[in-house]
Amino acid sequence: MKIRIHVSLKPGVLDPQGRAVHHALEGLGFEGVKDVRIGRIIELDVASDTSDERIDEMCRTLLANTVIENYRIEKGDE
Amino acid sequence: MTMRSAVITFPGSNCDRDMVVALEQLSRTSVARVWHRDTSLPEGLDLIALPGGFSYGDYLRAGAMAANSPIMREVVRAAERGVPVLGVCNGFQVLAESGLLPGALMRNASQNYICRTVGLRVENNRTRFTSAMAEGQEIRIPIAHHDGNYFADPETLEQLEGDGRIVFRYTENPNGSRNDIAGVISEKGNVLGMMPHPERAIDQAHGGTDGRAIFESLLESLEPA
Repeated sequence: MKIRIHVSLKPGVLDPQGRAVHHALEGLGFEGVKDVRIGRIIELDVASDTSDERIDEMCRTLLANTVIENYRIEKGDE
Repeated sequence: MTMRSAVITFPGSNCDRDMVVALEQLSRTSVARVWHRDTSLPEGLDLIALPGGFSYGDYLRAGAMAANSPIMREVVRAAERGVPVLGVCNGFQVLAESGLLPGALMRNASQNYICRTVGLRVENNRTRFTSAMAEGQEIRIPIAHHDGNYFADPETLEQLEGDGRIVFRYTENPNGSRNDIAGVISEKGNVLGMMPHPERAIDQAHGGTDGRAIFESLLESLEPA
């Protein structure tokens, strides 16, 4: 079973990397970019009987740091 | 007075030797070295030190993998029993990731790796790590990190400020840390995390010896009252 974990910085947490990319886009002449936030996608291939709770536990234990990050679990199509 | 201490080495730790040298010089006794896959700590420790470096290549997030390593389960257990724990640089990141300290260490605001000696103000000298210094004293200690930008939500910051748990503050903020925070201590006062490297400032040849006071404080705390 394919799972995608979308990890993003919580609103209000400054994203220095996003800000640098924002400046770079402006420097390249791309106008109208209001904000840039950078996150990551983690793709997992797990046993088909893996419970939602177990996946959530993986996110909370290791994949995301909930002090600064939110995560969203997306189950892919087979 | 002797101090029984252990230094944890993770794959990618690179300040573990420096920490051992500092502890051996200042406590005049040998230091146990513990590997990340070990599942027990030596008995009767007075200090566990988590050194700087790039544990597990800083994959995922700095300190995240190390926080879930076998030995950290024991470190957490020891910390809960009240054993003093000092985390420096990557060690601080590991302590934050493991939940022993609040907050998180994010990428420096400048995006740059910063390696230089900075000024710190001792904000709280009523801890076992800082008793040999004066409150408000300014010391100079090297930093060397890419992810030292301390973040905690406003409520947590307010609580840390109110409880005197911000032990060190940068005199000039190098990395974007909230409230200029360079080091925080646990509620029970036995776990200290700091980005600057006191073990790199114990010998005149280092260019300064201000780091000695942290180890001297720990030794003092073991003296019978």
